Amino acid sequence: MWRWLHPYAKGEASYHLLGRWLPWLTASALLVLLIGIGWGLVFAPPDYQQGDSYRIIFIHVPSAMLSMGTYTGMAIAALVALVWQIRTAEWSIAAIAPVGAVLTFISLLTGAAWGKPMWGTWWEWDARMTSQLILLFLYLGVLALYHAFSDNRTGAKAASILALVGVVNIPIIHFSVYWWNSLHQGATITKFAKPSMPPEMYIPLFVCIFGFMLMTAAFITQRLRHEILRQELHRPWVQQLLVGAKVKEQ
Amino acid sequence: MIPRRKKRLAMVLSLVVGVGIAMTFILLALSKNVDLFYTPSQMLEGEHKPQVGQRLRVGGMVVEGSVKRDANTLEVEFLVTDTGPTVKVLYQGILPDLFREGQGIVAQGVLQEGNVVKATEVLAKHDEEYMPPELAEAMKGIKHVNPNSNEAYTKPPSGGN
Repeated sequence: MWRWLHPYAKGEASYHLLGRWLPWLTASALLVLLIGIGWGLVFAPPDYQQGDSYRIIFIHVPSAMLSMGTYTGMAIAALVALVWQIRTAEWSIAAIAPVGAVLTFISLLTGAAWGKPMWGTWWEWDARMTSQLILLFLYLGVLALYHAFSDNRTGAKAASILALVGVVNIPIIHFSVYWWNSLHQGATITKFAKPSMPPEMYIPLFVCIFGFMLMTAAFITQRLRHEILRQELHRPWVQQLLVGAKVKEQ
Repeated sequence: MIPRRKKRLAMVLSLVVGVGIAMTFILLALSKNVDLFYTPSQMLEGEHKPQVGQRLRVGGMVVEGSVKRDANTLEVEFLVTDTGPTVKVLYQGILPDLFREGQGIVAQGVLQEGNVVKATEVLAKHDEEYMPPELAEAMKGIKHVNPNSNEAYTKPPSGGN
């Protein structure tokens, strides 16, 4: 069943496959983000309570959603790395963690900027906000562990274990607003129910979320290619690639 | 699957499940402490009644028509309720923009005699519903007034302004 995947356990095959994806991902991410953010910030109607301030939702919700989605992806890569010991899976942890950390940071920053005018506070030790802050520390911890050992495989193993253990935080973030009394609102868009906003608001929001997905994929793709090159620098195919690039330059 | 991998998979999965169970126990034990605030019913009818002089956060809806502002200072008092009892909140300071009657708020302060909370901070809560002003007017009868329009100042300004 998984036989078609086997060639991509090798760095070279993955590198070229990702290289073919990258221009498409980058172009479509730019296009979709431009449409989504332009639509949300300029054309979507204001909110009846929050006026124009609510428009930060078009950045806040996609970055928060993707920060959790990216973590789940990283945890799956960690599982593959631990059980099947595939090196590309190990490297993708290093590719994903910084992107996820930045997404988490953006969600915390936009949340604070939104909370000040609406709730009246930048920060509160609310269950949702605290668990999201823990997510940021998990990302940073995974990154630190990955680079903490002179033997790269030991570092990858340690980082994988932390990434997997940290996955228990994801449902806590998601359900925090339902399990406890919190300042943060409940989910506006859920998988099973109709969104608690009209289509002229949720369509641009969905476009923004899709744009953030493409952008995240593009960043991870590029970072994974760099990591593959860095790890396989001594391999003949990388040497050939470098020689080829030099010949082209001349 | 190779037995070696099967063993590793079982180990990894049991690690995750174990941490998950441990986390569940921790959160269940802490459940009341993770709440950001108590509702008035939790506060007055719950298992652990707070003492007078205790610092706490109370959260609920501002009762319609209960907001009284001092004409000369920033002092304001209002009632907060959820489903049953009400708690009176005294506050001196600037309220968040979203503060209004019928709105959810969270007040942090010290409990005083007679279910009164002297608040040092009042935060506004909002729900997950978003809609354009025209729709809100049609559905909820809420008239949105642009603060920059002249209409916004036709009503006499309330105390504190």
